[in-house]
Amino acid sequence: MNSMSVWGSDAWPWYVAGPLIGLFVPALLIAGNMLFGFSSNLRHLCAILAPGRVEFFRYDWRRQGLWNLVFMLGTLIGGFLAVHWGAPHDVAISAQTKSSLARLGLHDFSGLAPAELFTWRVLLTLRGFVSVVVGGFLVGFGTAYAGGCTSGHAISGLADFQLPSLIAVLGFFAGGLAATYFILPLLF
Amino acid sequence: MPRKQPIDTEAPAPLERRPALLVYLLLGIAFGVVLTKSEVLSWFRIQEMFRFQSFRMYGIIGSALATAALSVALIKRLHLKSASGELISIPPKVLGSGIRYAAGGTIFGLGWALTGACPGPLFALVGAGVTVILAAVLSALFGTWFYGWLRPILPH
Repeated sequence: MNSMSVWGSDAWPWYVAGPLIGLFVPALLIAGNMLFGFSSNLRHLCAILAPGRVEFFRYDWRRQGLWNLVFMLGTLIGGFLAVHWGAPHDVAISAQTKSSLARLGLHDFSGLAPAELFTWRVLLTLRGFVSVVVGGFLVGFGTAYAGGCTSGHAISGLADFQLPSLIAVLGFFAGGLAATYFILPLLF
Repeated sequence: MPRKQPIDTEAPAPLERRPALLVYLLLGIAFGVVLTKSEVLSWFRIQEMFRFQSFRMYGIIGSALATAALSVALIKRLHLKSASGELISIPPKVLGSGIRYAAGGTIFGLGWALTGACPGPLFALVGAGVTVILAAVLSALFGTWFYGWLRPILPH
């Protein structure tokens, strides 16, 4: 891989991407003593949109979460910019993964997410609904219950050697493996 | 409405002086670019990880963690102050019974494998043009709201 392809159209190698992601922890701490954690934004959005009488959503979201909501908006813009930077390409997953997914019943390996699961056209099929709607619900419920997601626990929390984060990350993998091996096969 | 029961509210620390929000916008943009260019927001990559068929995701998460841990250790050692002038500190998470971390973590893990995305990537994917993920974001908001509603009766 030459230096052009590292920054151009191909996926950045792991040893470039990983440290860059890790640097968001000190960057946010130094910028404003803020702890890198993305899922709080789901809570802030609930607090803005529909706090109701739920105590969990009744706090000053501007004061506590505006910085993170702005970060979130940036993340969305960043995703837009990144796909328009460099030539589009398929995600180069291993041949082994391709054959595992093909055995499952997946045929289209183009794009960032498989069109057979993640298009509006299949949203109301069993597999589309479970992948998008049920999956999304579990992400929202689980991160709020666990008090963090991959950024808050697997990166920020573990980087500070916090035991709760280790328990959460073990849970992430237990859940992920269960969904991969027991739920996904039921969808095809 | 579930029965109310006092639970510590792990509210983020208030901020007195904060840098211009532009800084957070720029950092967010950089984060979205990295998530996309590293492909960690791809359902395919998440499957590859949970099937243990490539080192890539483990390399990314591992080196991200190492970089973050080293930075945090250095910040603590040097007693660095943030740009807003306060001493940088990381509030410890309350362990409690640990159930919230085990159960919540497992529930999130199920969703992570199904959507192929954690919360950050969900938003980056919408920006990247996978618009159906908007439905996943909406559903995630319902999930978070439902947790908030059930919170008083859930074991923590």
